[in-house]
Amino acid sequence: MTTQTLATGTPAAWKDGKRGLWMMGVLWPALPLISAALALSTGMGLFWWLTPVVIYGVLPLLDRLVGEDRVNAPESAVAALENDRYYRMATFLFIPVQYICLIGGAWLAVSGGLPALDILGLAVSVGLVSGAGINTAHELGHKRENLERWLARITLAPAMYGHFYVEHNRGHHVRVATPEDPASSRLGESFYAFWPRSVWGSLTSAWHLEKVRLERQGKSVWNWRNDNLQSWAMTLVLFGALALWLGPIVLPFLIFQGFIGFSLLEVVNYLEHYGLVRQKEASGRYERCKPEHSWNSNHTVTNLMLYHLQRHSDHHANPMRRYQALRHFEQAPQLPSGYAGMIVVAMIPPLWRSLMDKRVLAHYQGDVTRANIHPPVREKILAKYGAMQPQTVEA
Amino acid sequence: MDRYECNGCSYVYDESKGDIHNGYPAGTRFSALPADWCCPDCAVREKPDFLKLAEAAA
Repeated sequence: MTTQTLATGTPAAWKDGKRGLWMMGVLWPALPLISAALALSTGMGLFWWLTPVVIYGVLPLLDRLVGEDRVNAPESAVAALENDRYYRMATFLFIPVQYICLIGGAWLAVSGGLPALDILGLAVSVGLVSGAGINTAHELGHKRENLERWLARITLAPAMYGHFYVEHNRGHHVRVATPEDPASSRLGESFYAFWPRSVWGSLTSAWHLEKVRLERQGKSVWNWRNDNLQSWAMTLVLFGALALWLGPIVLPFLIFQGFIGFSLLEVVNYLEHYGLVRQKEASGRYERCKPEHSWNSNHTVTNLMLYHLQRHSDHHANPMRRYQALRHFEQAPQLPSGYAGMIVVAMIPPLWRSLMDKRVLAHYQGDVTRANIHPPVREKILAKYGAMQPQTVEA
Repeated sequence: MDRYECNGCSYVYDESKGDIHNGYPAGTRFSALPADWCCPDCAVREKPDFLKLAEAAA
Protein backbone atom coordinates (compact mmCIF):
# COMPACT_ATOMS: atom_id res chain seq x y z
CA MET A 1 0.00 0.00 0.00
CA THR A 2 1.09 3.54 -0.66
CA THR A 3 0.54 6.01 2.14
CA GLN A 4 0.92 9.13 0.07
CA THR A 5 1.04 9.84 -3.61
CA LEU A 6 3.31 12.13 -5.54
CA ALA A 7 2.19 15.60 -4.57
CA THR A 8 3.39 19.08 -5.24
CA GLY A 9 1.47 21.46 -3.02
CA THR A 10 1.68 25.21 -3.16
CA PRO A 11 5.00 26.20 -1.58
CA ALA A 12 3.59 28.60 1.01
CA ALA A 13 1.21 25.95 2.28
CA TRP A 14 3.67 23.07 2.04
CA LYS A 15 4.36 21.23 5.25
CA ASP A 16 6.70 18.30 5.72
CA GLY A 17 4.43 15.45 6.73
CA LYS A 18 7.41 13.60 8.18
CA ARG A 19 8.75 16.52 10.26
CA GLY A 20 7.91 15.20 13.72
CA LEU A 21 8.62 11.61 12.74
CA TRP A 22 12.31 12.30 12.08
CA MET A 23 12.78 11.99 15.86
CA MET A 24 12.43 8.23 15.33
CA GLY A 25 16.05 8.41 14.22
CA VAL A 26 16.92 9.45 17.77
CA LEU A 27 14.66 6.96 19.53
CA TRP A 28 15.51 3.68 17.84
CA PRO A 29 19.25 3.77 18.73
CA ALA A 30 18.00 3.49 22.33
CA LEU A 31 16.82 -0.07 21.55
CA PRO A 32 19.81 -1.76 23.27
CA LEU A 33 18.98 0.24 26.43
CA ILE A 34 15.32 -0.75 26.22
CA SER A 35 16.24 -4.39 25.65
CA ALA A 36 18.65 -4.31 28.61
CA ALA A 37 15.94 -2.88 30.84
CA LEU A 38 13.49 -5.58 29.67
CA ALA A 39 16.03 -8.39 30.07
CA LEU A 40 17.15 -7.28 33.53
CA SER A 41 13.64 -6.65 34.86
CA THR A 42 12.08 -9.87 33.50
CA GLY A 43 15.13 -12.10 33.73
CA MET A 44 14.40 -13.28 30.17
CA GLY A 45 17.70 -13.58 28.27
CA LEU A 46 15.96 -13.43 24.89
CA PHE A 47 15.42 -9.71 25.33
CA TRP A 48 19.17 -9.12 24.84
CA TRP A 49 18.49 -9.96 21.16
CA LEU A 50 15.64 -7.50 20.74
CA THR A 51 17.66 -4.98 18.67
CA PRO A 52 18.68 -7.39 15.85
CA VAL A 53 15.16 -8.87 15.89
CA VAL A 54 13.65 -5.41 15.40
CA ILE A 55 16.13 -4.41 12.67
CA TYR A 56 16.15 -7.65 10.68
CA GLY A 57 12.59 -8.82 11.42
CA VAL A 58 10.20 -6.09 12.53
CA LEU A 59 11.43 -3.27 10.27
CA PRO A 60 11.03 -5.22 7.01
CA LEU A 61 7.47 -6.10 8.10
CA LEU A 62 6.71 -2.47 8.99
CA ASP A 63 8.10 -1.37 5.60
CA ARG A 64 5.65 -3.73 3.96
CA LEU A 65 2.70 -2.65 6.11
CA VAL A 66 3.29 1.12 6.08
CA GLY A 67 4.45 1.23 2.47
CA GLU A 68 6.07 3.99 0.47
CA ASP A 69 6.22 7.75 0.57
CA ARG A 70 7.11 9.42 -2.75
CA VAL A 71 6.44 13.00 -1.68
CA ASN A 72 9.02 15.57 -2.74
CA ALA A 73 9.15 19.04 -1.23
CA PRO A 74 8.43 21.69 -3.89
CA GLU A 75 11.72 23.32 -4.96
CA SER A 76 10.59 26.70 -3.59
CA ALA A 77 10.23 25.20 -0.11
CA VAL A 78 13.69 23.60 -0.09
CA ALA A 79 15.69 26.59 1.18
CA ALA A 80 13.46 27.02 4.24
CA LEU A 81 13.46 23.26 4.80
CA GLU A 82 17.25 23.10 4.70
CA ASN A 83 17.64 26.06 7.06
CA ASP A 84 15.19 24.71 9.64
CA ARG A 85 17.57 23.82 12.47
CA TYR A 86 15.16 21.27 13.93
CA TYR A 87 16.33 18.77 11.30
CA ARG A 88 19.92 19.27 12.35
CA MET A 89 18.95 18.65 15.99
CA ALA A 90 17.44 15.32 14.93
CA THR A 91 20.91 14.24 13.81
CA PHE A 92 22.82 15.79 16.74
CA LEU A 93 20.62 14.07 19.34
CA PHE A 94 21.54 10.66 17.92
CA ILE A 95 25.06 11.07 19.29
CA PRO A 96 24.37 11.14 23.07
CA VAL A 97 22.00 8.17 22.68
CA GLN A 98 24.70 6.29 20.74
CA TYR A 99 27.35 7.00 23.37
CA ILE A 100 25.07 6.07 26.30
CA CYS A 101 24.45 2.74 24.52
CA LEU A 102 28.14 2.09 23.98
CA ILE A 103 29.30 3.10 27.46
CA GLY A 104 26.33 1.49 29.22
CA GLY A 105 26.72 -1.65 27.11
CA ALA A 106 30.45 -1.89 27.85
CA TRP A 107 29.80 -1.47 31.57
CA LEU A 108 27.05 -4.12 31.57
CA ALA A 109 29.18 -6.56 29.59
CA VAL A 110 32.03 -6.29 32.10
CA SER A 111 30.20 -5.74 35.38
CA GLY A 112 26.73 -7.18 34.77
CA GLY A 113 27.62 -10.80 35.58
CA LEU A 114 25.82 -11.88 32.41
CA PRO A 115 26.11 -15.26 30.66
CA ALA A 116 28.22 -15.25 27.47
CA LEU A 117 25.20 -15.58 25.17
CA ASP A 118 23.56 -12.50 26.70
CA ILE A 119 26.79 -10.52 26.33
CA LEU A 120 26.90 -11.58 22.67
CA GLY A 121 23.35 -10.26 22.14
CA LEU A 122 24.31 -7.03 23.86
CA ALA A 123 27.47 -6.66 21.75
CA VAL A 124 25.55 -7.25 18.50
CA SER A 125 22.93 -4.70 19.60
CA VAL A 126 25.47 -2.03 20.53
CA GLY A 127 27.34 -2.78 17.28
CA LEU A 128 24.21 -2.20 15.21
CA VAL A 129 23.82 1.21 16.86
CA SER A 130 27.50 1.97 16.08
CA GLY A 131 26.73 0.99 12.47
CA ALA A 132 23.71 3.30 12.45
CA GLY A 133 26.15 5.93 13.75
CA ILE A 134 28.02 5.68 10.45
CA ASN A 135 24.77 6.68 8.75
CA THR A 136 24.42 9.70 11.04
CA ALA A 137 28.09 10.55 10.46
CA HIS A 138 27.43 10.25 6.73
CA GLU A 139 24.71 12.90 6.89
CA LEU A 140 26.90 15.18 9.04
CA GLY A 141 30.15 14.61 7.15
CA HIS A 142 28.80 15.90 3.84
CA LYS A 143 28.19 19.38 5.24
CA ARG A 144 30.31 22.51 5.07
CA GLU A 145 29.78 23.52 8.71
CA ASN A 146 32.72 22.69 10.99
CA LEU A 147 30.47 21.62 13.87
CA GLU A 148 28.75 18.99 11.76
CA ARG A 149 32.03 17.75 10.33
CA TRP A 150 33.50 17.33 13.83
CA LEU A 151 30.40 15.56 15.08
CA ALA A 152 30.65 13.21 12.09
CA ARG A 153 34.01 11.97 13.30
CA ILE A 154 32.84 11.60 16.89
CA THR A 155 29.94 9.50 15.59
CA LEU A 156 32.31 7.29 13.57
CA ALA A 157 34.64 6.53 16.49
CA PRO A 158 32.69 3.63 18.09
CA ALA A 159 32.62 1.71 14.77
CA MET A 160 36.42 2.16 14.36
CA TYR A 161 35.73 3.62 10.91
CA GLY A 162 37.12 7.15 11.13
CA HIS A 163 38.63 6.92 7.64
CA PHE A 164 35.08 6.78 6.22
CA TYR A 165 35.06 10.55 6.73
CA VAL A 166 37.88 10.83 4.16
CA GLU A 167 37.07 8.01 1.78
CA HIS A 168 33.33 8.47 1.44
CA ASN A 169 33.30 12.05 0.16
CA ARG A 170 36.56 12.15 -1.79
CA GLY A 171 36.77 8.48 -2.86
CA HIS A 172 33.37 6.84 -3.08
CA HIS A 173 31.48 9.86 -4.42
CA VAL A 174 34.09 10.49 -7.10
CA ARG A 175 34.26 6.89 -8.33
CA VAL A 176 30.78 5.62 -7.47
CA ALA A 177 29.34 3.02 -9.85
CA THR A 178 32.67 2.45 -11.60
CA PRO A 179 34.84 -0.68 -11.45
CA GLU A 180 37.44 1.42 -9.59
CA ASP A 181 35.23 2.04 -6.56
CA PRO A 182 35.77 -0.50 -3.76
CA ALA A 183 32.39 0.45 -2.22
CA SER A 184 30.28 -0.19 -5.38
CA SER A 185 29.28 -3.86 -5.59
CA ARG A 186 29.26 -5.74 -8.88
CA LEU A 187 26.79 -8.03 -10.59
CA GLY A 188 27.59 -11.59 -9.51
CA GLU A 189 29.62 -10.49 -6.48
CA SER A 190 28.35 -11.92 -3.18
CA PHE A 191 28.31 -9.81 -0.03
CA TYR A 192 31.05 -12.07 1.35
CA ALA A 193 33.30 -11.33 -1.63
CA PHE A 194 32.43 -7.65 -1.46
CA TRP A 195 33.10 -7.21 2.28
CA PRO A 196 36.93 -7.71 2.21
CA ARG A 197 37.27 -5.81 -1.08
CA SER A 198 35.38 -2.81 0.28
CA VAL A 199 36.91 -2.86 3.78
CA TRP A 200 40.49 -3.06 2.49
CA GLY A 201 39.95 -0.94 -0.61
CA SER A 202 38.31 1.88 1.36
CA LEU A 203 41.05 1.84 3.99
CA THR A 204 43.91 2.00 1.48
CA SER A 205 42.12 4.60 -0.61
CA ALA A 206 41.52 6.84 2.43
CA TRP A 207 45.20 6.55 3.36
CA HIS A 208 46.28 7.39 -0.19
CA LEU A 209 43.95 10.42 -0.41
CA GLU A 210 45.39 11.93 2.76
CA LYS A 211 48.96 11.08 1.71
CA VAL A 212 48.51 12.96 -1.57
CA ARG A 213 46.80 15.91 0.14
CA LEU A 214 49.51 16.27 2.78
CA GLU A 215 52.34 15.84 0.29
CA ARG A 216 50.87 18.70 -1.72
CA GLN A 217 51.20 20.78 1.45
CA GLY A 218 54.80 19.61 1.73
CA LYS A 219 54.02 17.42 4.75
CA SER A 220 54.47 13.74 5.51
CA VAL A 221 51.48 11.39 5.74
CA TRP A 222 52.63 10.79 9.33
CA ASN A 223 51.41 14.16 10.50
CA TRP A 224 48.75 14.94 13.09
CA ARG A 225 46.87 16.88 10.41
CA ASN A 226 46.16 13.55 8.68
CA ASP A 227 42.37 13.26 9.01
CA ASN A 228 42.63 9.46 9.15
CA LEU A 229 45.07 9.55 12.05
CA GLN A 230 42.93 12.13 13.86
CA SER A 231 39.78 10.07 13.45
CA TRP A 232 41.44 6.80 14.48
CA ALA A 233 42.90 8.59 17.51
CA MET A 234 39.33 9.32 18.63
CA THR A 235 38.61 5.57 18.66
CA LEU A 236 41.86 4.92 20.55
CA VAL A 237 41.04 7.55 23.16
CA LEU A 238 37.47 6.27 23.54
CA PHE A 239 38.42 2.59 23.81
CA GLY A 240 41.47 3.44 25.93
CA ALA A 241 39.38 5.43 28.42
CA LEU A 242 36.85 2.59 28.69
CA ALA A 243 39.69 0.08 29.18
CA LEU A 244 41.19 2.23 31.95
CA TRP A 245 37.82 2.38 33.67
CA LEU A 246 36.58 -1.18 33.15
CA GLY A 247 39.84 -3.03 32.56
CA PRO A 248 41.31 -4.40 29.31
CA ILE A 249 38.67 -7.18 29.42
CA VAL A 250 36.29 -4.66 27.78
CA LEU A 251 38.41 -4.48 24.61
CA PRO A 252 37.12 -7.69 22.94
CA PHE A 253 33.56 -6.39 23.50
CA LEU A 254 34.43 -3.02 21.98
CA ILE A 255 36.27 -4.46 18.99
CA PHE A 256 33.53 -6.99 18.28
CA GLN A 257 30.76 -4.37 18.39
CA GLY A 258 32.87 -2.17 16.09
CA PHE A 259 33.18 -5.05 13.64
CA ILE A 260 29.38 -5.51 13.69
CA GLY A 261 29.01 -1.74 13.21
CA PHE A 262 31.22 -1.32 10.16
CA SER A 263 29.91 -4.56 8.68
CA LEU A 264 26.41 -3.05 8.81
CA LEU A 265 27.76 -0.12 6.81
CA GLU A 266 29.38 -2.49 4.32
CA VAL A 267 26.19 -4.48 3.73
CA VAL A 268 24.38 -1.19 3.11
CA ASN A 269 27.17 -0.17 0.71
CA TYR A 270 26.66 -3.52 -1.00
CA LEU A 271 23.04 -2.87 -1.88
CA GLU A 272 23.30 0.78 -2.88
CA HIS A 273 24.92 0.39 -6.32
CA TYR A 274 24.80 -3.37 -7.07
CA GLY A 275 25.65 -3.99 -10.73
CA LEU A 276 25.17 -0.36 -11.76
CA VAL A 277 27.88 1.40 -13.73
CA ARG A 278 28.59 4.77 -15.29
CA GLN A 279 29.63 4.56 -18.94
CA LYS A 280 32.82 6.20 -20.20
CA GLU A 281 32.45 9.19 -22.48
CA ALA A 282 34.58 9.80 -25.57
CA SER A 283 36.82 12.12 -23.50
CA GLY A 284 37.74 9.17 -21.27
CA ARG A 285 35.86 10.65 -18.31
CA TYR A 286 33.03 8.72 -16.75
CA GLU A 287 29.60 10.15 -17.36
CA ARG A 288 28.36 12.17 -14.40
CA CYS A 289 26.61 10.17 -11.67
CA LYS A 290 22.90 10.13 -12.54
CA PRO A 291 19.79 8.86 -10.73
CA GLU A 292 20.10 5.58 -12.65
CA HIS A 293 23.38 4.76 -10.85
CA SER A 294 21.97 4.09 -7.36
CA TRP A 295 19.33 1.76 -5.94
CA ASN A 296 16.57 3.53 -4.06
CA SER A 297 13.73 2.82 -1.72
CA ASN A 298 10.84 5.04 -0.68
CA HIS A 299 9.81 2.80 2.20
CA THR A 300 8.70 5.24 4.87
CA VAL A 301 9.76 3.49 8.07
CA THR A 302 13.35 2.72 7.10
CA ASN A 303 13.74 6.14 5.48
CA LEU A 304 12.78 7.80 8.76
CA MET A 305 15.38 5.72 10.59
CA LEU A 306 18.13 6.42 8.06
CA TYR A 307 17.67 10.14 7.36
CA HIS A 308 16.45 9.43 3.81
CA LEU A 309 19.64 7.54 2.92
CA GLN A 310 17.48 5.34 0.69
CA ARG A 311 16.76 8.30 -1.58
CA HIS A 312 20.24 7.52 -2.69
CA SER A 313 20.14 8.78 -6.26
CA ASP A 314 19.45 12.35 -5.24
CA HIS A 315 22.13 12.09 -2.58
CA HIS A 316 24.74 11.10 -5.18
CA ALA A 317 23.61 13.72 -7.65
CA ASN A 318 23.53 16.43 -4.94
CA PRO A 319 25.69 15.33 -2.00
CA MET A 320 25.36 18.67 -0.22
CA ARG A 321 21.57 18.45 -0.05
CA ARG A 322 20.29 17.93 3.49
CA TYR A 323 18.39 14.74 4.21
CA GLN A 324 14.99 16.35 4.72
CA ALA A 325 15.13 17.76 1.17
CA LEU A 326 16.21 14.61 -0.71
CA ARG A 327 13.89 13.68 -3.56
CA HIS A 328 12.36 10.61 -5.07
CA PHE A 329 13.10 10.26 -8.80
CA GLU A 330 10.74 8.29 -11.03
CA GLN A 331 13.61 7.09 -13.24
CA ALA A 332 15.73 5.81 -10.33
CA PRO A 333 15.95 2.03 -9.91
CA GLN A 334 13.96 0.83 -6.90
CA LEU A 335 14.76 -1.95 -4.45
CA PRO A 336 11.90 -4.35 -3.68
CA SER A 337 12.08 -3.46 0.03
CA GLY A 338 13.77 -0.99 2.38
CA TYR A 339 17.37 -1.43 3.44
CA ALA A 340 16.43 -3.41 6.59
CA GLY A 341 14.84 -6.19 4.54
CA MET A 342 17.45 -5.99 1.80
CA ILE A 343 20.40 -6.43 4.18
CA VAL A 344 18.89 -9.71 5.33
CA VAL A 345 18.57 -10.74 1.68
CA ALA A 346 22.16 -9.62 0.96
CA MET A 347 23.46 -11.92 3.67
CA ILE A 348 21.91 -14.88 1.79
CA PRO A 349 23.70 -14.67 -1.60
CA PRO A 350 21.47 -17.09 -3.62
CA LEU A 351 18.37 -15.19 -2.50
CA TRP A 352 20.03 -11.85 -3.33
CA ARG A 353 21.04 -13.05 -6.79
CA SER A 354 17.57 -14.38 -7.56
CA LEU A 355 15.93 -11.11 -6.49
CA MET A 356 18.44 -8.59 -7.80
CA ASP A 357 20.20 -9.95 -10.89
CA LYS A 358 16.98 -9.81 -12.90
CA ARG A 359 16.42 -6.22 -11.76
CA VAL A 360 19.91 -5.21 -12.92
CA LEU A 361 19.22 -6.93 -16.22
CA ALA A 362 15.84 -5.23 -16.62
CA HIS A 363 17.46 -1.88 -15.77
CA TYR A 364 19.83 -2.37 -18.73
CA GLN A 365 17.01 -3.62 -21.01
CA GLY A 366 18.49 -7.08 -21.04
CA ASP A 367 21.96 -5.93 -22.16
CA VAL A 368 24.11 -7.41 -19.42
CA THR A 369 27.30 -5.99 -20.97
CA ARG A 370 26.21 -2.54 -19.73
CA ALA A 371 26.31 -3.70 -16.09
CA ASN A 372 29.23 -3.59 -13.64
CA ILE A 373 30.14 -7.29 -13.73
CA HIS A 374 32.30 -8.98 -11.11
CA PRO A 375 35.43 -9.99 -13.12
CA PRO A 376 35.88 -13.53 -11.65
CA VAL A 377 32.37 -14.54 -12.81
CA ARG A 378 32.24 -12.42 -15.95
CA GLU A 379 32.21 -15.32 -18.43
CA LYS A 380 29.61 -17.17 -16.41
CA ILE A 381 27.34 -14.12 -16.22
CA LEU A 382 27.71 -13.39 -19.93
CA ALA A 383 26.91 -17.01 -20.77
CA LYS A 384 23.95 -17.12 -18.39
CA TYR A 385 22.30 -13.95 -19.61
CA GLY A 386 22.83 -14.69 -23.27
CA ALA A 387 25.18 -11.86 -24.09
CA MET A 388 27.76 -12.12 -26.83
CA GLN A 389 31.30 -12.92 -25.75
CA PRO A 390 33.38 -9.74 -25.26
CA GLN A 391 35.83 -10.82 -28.04
CA THR A 392 32.93 -10.97 -30.48
CA VAL A 393 31.75 -7.55 -29.41
CA GLU A 394 35.16 -6.01 -29.89
CA ALA A 395 35.82 -7.75 -33.23
CA MET B 1 42.97 36.61 -10.04
CA ASP B 2 39.76 34.88 -11.09
CA ARG B 3 37.03 32.96 -9.36
CA TYR B 4 35.40 29.77 -10.60
CA GLU B 5 32.11 28.33 -9.40
CA CYS B 6 31.01 24.68 -9.16
CA ASN B 7 27.89 24.26 -11.26
CA GLY B 8 26.55 21.71 -8.80
CA CYS B 9 26.99 22.97 -5.24
CA SER B 10 28.06 26.63 -5.76
CA TYR B 11 31.49 26.18 -4.14
CA VAL B 12 33.77 28.95 -5.40
CA TYR B 13 37.46 28.41 -6.12
CA ASP B 14 39.09 31.79 -5.60
CA GLU B 15 42.59 31.93 -7.11
CA SER B 16 43.62 34.67 -4.67
CA LYS B 17 42.83 32.36 -1.74
CA GLY B 18 43.66 28.98 -3.26
CA ASP B 19 42.65 25.94 -1.20
CA ILE B 20 45.19 25.64 1.60
CA HIS B 21 43.56 22.60 3.19
CA ASN B 22 43.96 20.61 0.01
CA GLY B 23 47.48 21.88 -0.61
CA TYR B 24 46.87 24.60 -3.20
CA PRO B 25 48.48 27.82 -1.88
CA ALA B 26 46.94 31.25 -2.33
CA GLY B 27 47.59 32.43 -5.87
CA THR B 28 47.31 28.97 -7.45
CA ARG B 29 45.76 29.52 -10.85
CA PHE B 30 42.70 27.47 -11.73
CA SER B 31 44.54 26.32 -14.84
CA ALA B 32 47.35 24.99 -12.62
CA LEU B 33 45.02 22.64 -10.73
CA PRO B 34 45.44 18.98 -11.77
CA ALA B 35 43.36 17.74 -14.71
CA ASP B 36 41.52 15.27 -12.47
CA TRP B 37 40.76 17.91 -9.83
CA CYS B 38 37.20 17.85 -8.56
CA CYS B 39 35.06 20.09 -6.39
CA PRO B 40 36.39 19.86 -2.81
CA ASP B 41 32.90 20.29 -1.34
CA CYS B 42 30.57 18.04 -3.36
CA ALA B 43 33.22 15.94 -5.19
CA VAL B 44 30.78 15.17 -8.01
CA ARG B 45 31.74 18.01 -10.35
CA GLU B 46 35.09 18.11 -12.13
CA LYS B 47 37.35 20.85 -13.39
CA PRO B 48 35.60 21.22 -16.79
CA ASP B 49 32.26 21.71 -14.98
CA PHE B 50 33.42 24.90 -13.25
CA LEU B 51 32.25 28.27 -14.58
CA LYS B 52 34.41 31.38 -14.47
CA LEU B 53 32.67 34.14 -12.54
CA ALA B 54 32.40 37.63 -13.96
CA GLU B 55 34.67 40.21 -12.27
CA ALA B 56 32.86 41.24 -9.11
CA ALA B 57 34.51 40.67 -5.77
CA ALA B 58 38.08 41.90 -5.60
